[in-house]
Amino acid sequence: MKFFNVLKQTTMLVAVCLTYPAFSEESETIKVGVLHSLSGTMAISETTLKDTVLMMIEEQNQLGGLLGKQLKAVVVDPASNWPLFAEKTRELISKEEVDVIFGCWTSVSRKSVLPVIEELNGLLFYPVQYEGEESSRNVFYTGAAPNQQAIPAVDYFMNEIGVERWVLAGTDYVYPRTTNKILEAYLLANGVSEEDIMINYTPFGHSDWQGIVSGIKKFGSSGKKTGVVSTINGDANVPFYKELGNQGISAEDIPVVAFSVGEEELSGLDTKPLIGHLAAWNYFQSVQTRENDDFIAQWKKFIKDDKRVTNDPMEATYIGFKMWVQAVEKTGTTDVDAVAEAMLGLTTPNLTGGIAVMNRNHHLSKPVLIGEIQADGQIEVVWETHGTVIGDAWSDYLPSSKDLVADWAKPISCGNFNTKTAKCSGQNF
Amino acid sequence: MISSYKRGWYSENKIKSLYGFLSFLLVLSGAVSFCNVYIPRESPLHVEIFTITLLGKYLCLAILALSIDIVWGYCGILSLGHGAFFALGGYAMGMHLMLQIGDRGVYGHPTLPDFMVFLNWSELPWFWVGFDSFWFALFCSALLPGVLAFVFGWLAFRSRVTGVYFSIITQALTYALMLAFFRNEMGFGGNNGLTDFKDILGFDLQSDAVRVSLFLCTAMTLSVAYYLCFLLMESKFGRVVLAIRDSEERVRFLGYQTEIYKVAVFVFSAILAGIAGALYVPQVGIINPGEFAPLNSIEAVIWVAVGGRGVLYGAVIGAVLVNFAKTRFTALFPEEWLFVLGALFVLVTIFLPRGLIGLAGDRPSNSGETSRREF
Amino acid sequence: MSIKNRYLILLILIPWTCLSHFAAAWERDLRDKASLLAQASLRETPGIVADLETFGEPALPLLEAMLNGNLHSRRSDKRLVIADSQSAEQIPIIDAVTAEKLQDSRKRLLTKVRVNNQLRKQIRRIISRITLGSPNASVRHKAVDNMLYNLNPQSIGLLAEAKKIETDRDVLKLINLTLAINDLRTSDESQVLLDATNTVRGNLEPIVFNTISTLLRQHEANQRIQDDEFFLRQIKRVHAELQTKIKFYQLAERFYYGLSLGSVLLLAASGLAITFGVMRVINMAHGELIMLGAYTTYVVQLIMPSYIEFSIYVAIPCAFLVSGGVGIMIERFVIRFLRDRPLETLLATFGVSLILQQSVRSLFSPLNRQVSNPDWLSGSLEINPIFALTYNRLYILLFALIVFANLVLIIKKTDLGLQIRAVSQNREMAKCMGIKTDWVDALTFGLGSGLAGLAGVALSQITNVGPNLGQAYIIDSFMVVVFGGVGNLYGTLVGGFSLGVINKFLEPIAGTVLSNIIVLIFIVFFIQLRPSGLFPETSRVSK
Repeated sequence: MKFFNVLKQTTMLVAVCLTYPAFSEESETIKVGVLHSLSGTMAISETTLKDTVLMMIEEQNQLGGLLGKQLKAVVVDPASNWPLFAEKTRELISKEEVDVIFGCWTSVSRKSVLPVIEELNGLLFYPVQYEGEESSRNVFYTGAAPNQQAIPAVDYFMNEIGVERWVLAGTDYVYPRTTNKILEAYLLANGVSEEDIMINYTPFGHSDWQGIVSGIKKFGSSGKKTGVVSTINGDANVPFYKELGNQGISAEDIPVVAFSVGEEELSGLDTKPLIGHLAAWNYFQSVQTRENDDFIAQWKKFIKDDKRVTNDPMEATYIGFKMWVQAVEKTGTTDVDAVAEAMLGLTTPNLTGGIAVMNRNHHLSKPVLIGEIQADGQIEVVWETHGTVIGDAWSDYLPSSKDLVADWAKPISCGNFNTKTAKCSGQNF
Repeated sequence: MISSYKRGWYSENKIKSLYGFLSFLLVLSGAVSFCNVYIPRESPLHVEIFTITLLGKYLCLAILALSIDIVWGYCGILSLGHGAFFALGGYAMGMHLMLQIGDRGVYGHPTLPDFMVFLNWSELPWFWVGFDSFWFALFCSALLPGVLAFVFGWLAFRSRVTGVYFSIITQALTYALMLAFFRNEMGFGGNNGLTDFKDILGFDLQSDAVRVSLFLCTAMTLSVAYYLCFLLMESKFGRVVLAIRDSEERVRFLGYQTEIYKVAVFVFSAILAGIAGALYVPQVGIINPGEFAPLNSIEAVIWVAVGGRGVLYGAVIGAVLVNFAKTRFTALFPEEWLFVLGALFVLVTIFLPRGLIGLAGDRPSNSGETSRREF
Repeated sequence: MSIKNRYLILLILIPWTCLSHFAAAWERDLRDKASLLAQASLRETPGIVADLETFGEPALPLLEAMLNGNLHSRRSDKRLVIADSQSAEQIPIIDAVTAEKLQDSRKRLLTKVRVNNQLRKQIRRIISRITLGSPNASVRHKAVDNMLYNLNPQSIGLLAEAKKIETDRDVLKLINLTLAINDLRTSDESQVLLDATNTVRGNLEPIVFNTISTLLRQHEANQRIQDDEFFLRQIKRVHAELQTKIKFYQLAERFYYGLSLGSVLLLAASGLAITFGVMRVINMAHGELIMLGAYTTYVVQLIMPSYIEFSIYVAIPCAFLVSGGVGIMIERFVIRFLRDRPLETLLATFGVSLILQQSVRSLFSPLNRQVSNPDWLSGSLEINPIFALTYNRLYILLFALIVFANLVLIIKKTDLGLQIRAVSQNREMAKCMGIKTDWVDALTFGLGSGLAGLAGVALSQITNVGPNLGQAYIIDSFMVVVFGGVGNLYGTLVGGFSLGVINKFLEPIAGTVLSNIIVLIFIVFFIQLRPSGLFPETSRVSK
């Protein structure tokens, strides 16, 4: 009966492996979970953030750790697989018992993690610009909400460049969909007529842009000043910009402002044809402040590569980490409820100057910068907001969310409070 | 029950093996659940709820592997699109769970799921109608994959698309479905898919009791599926299917309409995959177009190959082992695990053509000496 | 206004030598004015730049440097200098006003004078006005071309003057066109309008069509030209002619896009046509072999950074060898053992693809790598103002055809090809005839893999070079081979191009995603109706 032999061996193997972590040392460390894809399609963006967290942890440990304990990173690879994100979160919280998680990039990975982190009452710092329309008790959003990136960029186009005709081009997923929805509503409210707006969606990793770019060219040849607002995701940008350059569309004719193109994406790209196209972020590597110079030097040293660049999600990770450390020091514990409460109102200097504040809706106040791409792959600021902009969890331009606010301070303590009905809609708690 | 069939068709060993497997599966899952519910947390014997959910997921994937094994291992049809049936079943269940959220979504809309609210949809599209009933959803999770498999299989087998060609067009099928489900206009939540489920049949999905019950449900379903597959493959029908695998032309010359058998096996297998998907979704909490990715289907085929095809428990063992390895490796060697996994696939295919169970000397069902034909 | 214009024109036209004794004073003024740039905010800069126009030609180097982002202010003495900010740490600098060569400086001792799009546009206009009097015809052509899209009374005045003394035919034509468009926009006299219409007739510049359309719209809205029947008929005819022409070129453009997509598919699939079509190996690592080719291009460019122009020529053989070499290794270590189990090659090569992907990720980091386009692969071949062929796509199309032709030659005309065909048709018999089948197998697989490497070189010019590059093409490649007919090279050729063209013609109707889906479903049904593809294999040996 060979079958039973196989079974016996397998069971023993499984049993040994399952119980293995139980024996690992449980000494005086605070565990920090790192939940970024190291393989699969998103590895390209997310590995950098994993390294950033590791760098911050190393720095903190050199400063003597936290609450007298050393920090220990627990790195897992959710492999760009969305259900795996949920599973790994569960593993990090209930098995590894981490005190905080830094992670996720795509919206879908965050959505997948959300129920788990709420159920197990974990703490997640999410460092990427996103579509808003969310505020969870257990998540702190250190990236930009649409009103900290998209709306100022459109304002700049409208008021400074005088754009009258708009192309909203994006990858077909929730971030571009929502952002474009918000922008469309915003443009219509500002008197742009419907035929002057062209919306276009492409699949992930789209590589053949010939038809679309020539469409944009045609749309832009009507005589009115035309601008492109791009929410095209990561990988698809390279062929998009190459096609723009080759079809001879320069930034002076039809400028493109992108929300997902940062220094890192540009470093994989020949930037000559892109000079003058724009990007809107809360951070650029080119901004010269003492904090930023230090950060860049530290990063280059840590990653042992002088050519590596820094970008906005890295700054968001940096701010999130600094704030978490502050909150833990303030409360003297890593308890999630206490830390989450202490987070509200905390401040940390931005790398680009000014002070980031964690607001009661779990979003940050940050400055908005708009920059033009330079020949060396850096982005140089051409416009910035006066002071900081408060991240808005629920957009005021969408009919479904204009009455909603998030306020995690007492007495409201709710992520989606309807100001009209004065009720906390949805959500179980 | 077995005894009511003609005895001659199965050897003693096979029946023993069947009962052995089933009782092992049920006892183990029972024991694991017991250890979770009744043994206190401090005890080393306590099984965490995390492990239960993980095991539940493995068992769902084992059902998927089983479904692939009966078309590939027993009928010689290599489908690289079984992920599509699995995902369709998952979507059917996901739609039900989505509607169960009701007005507890973030926008508090009474009927529409959140993603429809922010895409400004005013009412539920027609194809969502009826999914508020659990039984309808469950029925659909079997029916939809079944119908798709029937149409696809009937067209393909009738025009005698075989072997590699069939594999490649099934791959195209699942790829096309993936692209389609990625589109937000489709009304299935686009890239984000369906998530943030609250409860099932009125029970809170996040409570431990429901998780354990779902796990037990999955174990039962796997047992029933296993038993059904066993009966099917050991019946006269199963003999013909095996014969088709070994030499389709000969069977055709003998007067059998082989395409009918193939379609039947394919549809049965798709239904099984669909049910696996329906069980999978409430346990992992999300279903999105990524499940349609051709890579997922290929991976599922590899579980079967690693375990050992043509043997039912080979598929189950393969699915559980590979996924378990994946879980461990992604945590232990986050940077290198793909090397390990890749090497595993290469080595198993070259050195263990009959999979891990080949190590123990078990042969794929009835191929053995009589058939030289590889599949 | 007009006096100032004449003054300007005069300034430009008077030979530089006559002005030489003013030079010192000019220089000082220019230096003073320009030095304001160093401190100005982006809002103040346009005013300063506008003032610089009055200096005419002497300000040109400064403006051009500013346009290119090369204008810096030296921190030590606030002097404006021109330096190529792209180059290394020690950079040669020259004075922005006198073009005098100064001592080399370090990058961080210089502050860049900031420019943005609006400034660049303004500077370009100024330069075009200044250079309208240039002795070089092509410079003048460029200047007028720039004015065409920035019509204003000032430039019209300049152009009217310039027209009188222009000798170059092309430039004159362009000036006439520009003036005609201005007439169509502003004039109400029927004779002027009629002349202008005749001048612009048949011209495909988008601005012509727009102007005429606007005119007709204004007519319909009863704002302009109400009762001139003859002119109306004429302009409507011109409008209709243009419309037909534009439609035709749009169709041509679409077809070219289709061919271009097809050529990419063909390149990606031609290697598979060998490994899968001839050897029947389901090589799931094919995409990764393509990726290796692209990375080879990257490495080649890394090794020879100063010869980017030639890097592609070096990369082509290198990529062929690298991918081919890896292919031979895969054949020797993996596929050899699976000769009689074609479906299992799928599983093993899938494992190989995971390993290759992760190796690249460990070796080169998961980030995309920058592969530069040589100049001859950038930009486009302009056939007329609305129909241009981008060079990278054009060359890839040619490359694909050349590669394919060579492949056919190898298979049909060489000894190796003969042996490959023999082995694929009847291994045992081939062995009996003294063919070293093992060796042929390895070479065949190497050939197919090498072709994948070539596809990688081409793809590096149009898309990302990253670890996931291959995955995007693997399914498409299989589709092309199966659609065309396994084992038939011409099938792959026709399959690739027809899928490309179908896809591109569906795109405007159905959108990008849906057209992909439709094409896939089309293939699925096609295979079910004709299981052996477009061109079934015409082998005498049954499988």
